[in-house]
Amino acid sequence: MSAGATCGPLLCVRGLTKRYGHRIGCADVAFDLDPGEVLAIVGESGSGKSTLLSLIARDLAPDAGTVRYRLRDGTLADLAALSEAERRHLMRTDWGFIRQDAAQGLRMGVSAGGNVGERLMGVGARHYGRIRSTAAEWLGKVEIAADRIDDPPKAFSGGMRQRLQIARNLVTGPRLVLMDEPTSGLDVSVQARLLDLIRRLVAELGLAVVIVTHDLAVARLLSHRMIVMRGGRVIESGLTDQVLDDPAEPYTQLLVASVLAA
Amino acid sequence: MSDEGHRGDARLPGHETDITPSPEPHARTEDLPAEPAPEPGTGYNFAYLDEGTKRMIRRAILKAIAIPGYQVPFASREMPMPYGWGTGGVQVTAAILGRSDVLKVIDQGSDDTTNAVSIRAFFARTAGVAVTTRTAEATVIQTRHRIPERPLAEGQVLVYQVPIPEPLRFLEPRETETRQLHALAEYGLMHVKLYEDIARHGHIATTYAYPVEVAGRYVMDPSPTPKFDNPKMDDCPALQLFGAGREKRIYAVPPHTRVRSLDFEDHPFRVQHFAEPCALCAARGVYLDEVLLDDAGRRMFVCSDTDHCEERRAAGHRGEGA
Repeated sequence: MSAGATCGPLLCVRGLTKRYGHRIGCADVAFDLDPGEVLAIVGESGSGKSTLLSLIARDLAPDAGTVRYRLRDGTLADLAALSEAERRHLMRTDWGFIRQDAAQGLRMGVSAGGNVGERLMGVGARHYGRIRSTAAEWLGKVEIAADRIDDPPKAFSGGMRQRLQIARNLVTGPRLVLMDEPTSGLDVSVQARLLDLIRRLVAELGLAVVIVTHDLAVARLLSHRMIVMRGGRVIESGLTDQVLDDPAEPYTQLLVASVLAA
Repeated sequence: MSDEGHRGDARLPGHETDITPSPEPHARTEDLPAEPAPEPGTGYNFAYLDEGTKRMIRRAILKAIAIPGYQVPFASREMPMPYGWGTGGVQVTAAILGRSDVLKVIDQGSDDTTNAVSIRAFFARTAGVAVTTRTAEATVIQTRHRIPERPLAEGQVLVYQVPIPEPLRFLEPRETETRQLHALAEYGLMHVKLYEDIARHGHIATTYAYPVEVAGRYVMDPSPTPKFDNPKMDDCPALQLFGAGREKRIYAVPPHTRVRSLDFEDHPFRVQHFAEPCALCAARGVYLDEVLLDDAGRRMFVCSDTDHCEERRAAGHRGEGA
């Protein structure tokens, strides 16, 4: 990642705003993300976290503001200025998006191997044997048994589906991964395993991650920096430990204090 | 075309004073060929459809030929037959048929099944064109499920009846998304289907409606023809037109166009092979149908292309079952 680190941030978000009628989705959000950095976006339900993630991925069109991304050739490109084909290619190769609901991020009727192989075939892989062995290798990395490669995700547990989603997204070696509540809806022991796995992969692959979560423990475990959102606005940001141990804003103090002690 | 029709309809006698007729509908109507008198004895316009509709379909066909493999939307009409019986093919045929054309209609390779007989009778009655069962004599061949065994020649037109024109449909149900995938030539998904075949069956088990890439660009569903016929589409000297009535799409493969069946490097495209020759005419390397002979399980394999089989038998070829 040294080459990436020398030439500035990977992702630059400035003044990002989205309104739903006269309600605010998110307003004037700005941050930078360096290569290999993990940024957590926390806040209560309805605080605009998921809207922000959709705006970054351009699933939603912003009303104002820009999202710029450093392409592999080192140029910082405005995502809005890329053509549809370029943008989709970028999303398929250099970006990943882990959805909260695995059914949205996976093809539920296609086998695990096919799910992982789709991105490879999407960028032109046409050798069945090689696609399959790469898929098998990735299933191993996310701790899915090799004999499940031909089973569809319909037959998988919630935790396995999330791990399959991770494999499917990481197979093309992306540099930026967006995660929307990847651990919610899983029981605590499965959550812990998944967090371990994410933390290991992120460190090994030097991924930059934007992770949306309402769970402060997840933010503490995974992220380097965090942003606290409320009512669509960023009310506090800084190093994760700093924000969680010494919150400046009353709302953040409330948020930190409201965590149930285990 | 539809705009013009609506404006024409608006000029009803009672409303005439309210509407200032713009000059252009007049100019446009003068361009239209005069509607020919109904065919004697039928009460229908030549080849059933009215001239305006035929012109609309011809425009779609011309666009389809200009962009090989691209699905052109068209205003499919209600035809006097149910969807699934070839309403798309019939409309394409009606639009291209001329008085001197010789029409052949095949259904599963056969000239004498219900669908083939009724469509042939339909055009014999409404267009009065000559009909034939011989591939060599036909200028227009409407087909369901097969391409004739006899190589097609320049000047012939093959019209396919298509039930589902979208090759990506069962992988991606959203029409907006499949259109985008075509527009951006993102066809990785098509290979996911073939991957699933190999993962489940050990080989590509898709045997009909096998996806092809046309002229290096669009991926196309060749209609439910057996994949055995896919190689015949490549560099074919005849014009190939595809009509889907229910789905309202027309697409085309112009003569001498590259048509490549999708595959994997280590699982190349292969067609079916039959161990035995045709039981009636001893032909090899043709597509065979299984015919049950009795309740005891006796069966024979015969040419699916009845015209090809008859021709060979007329030339003196005899199989074991003949």
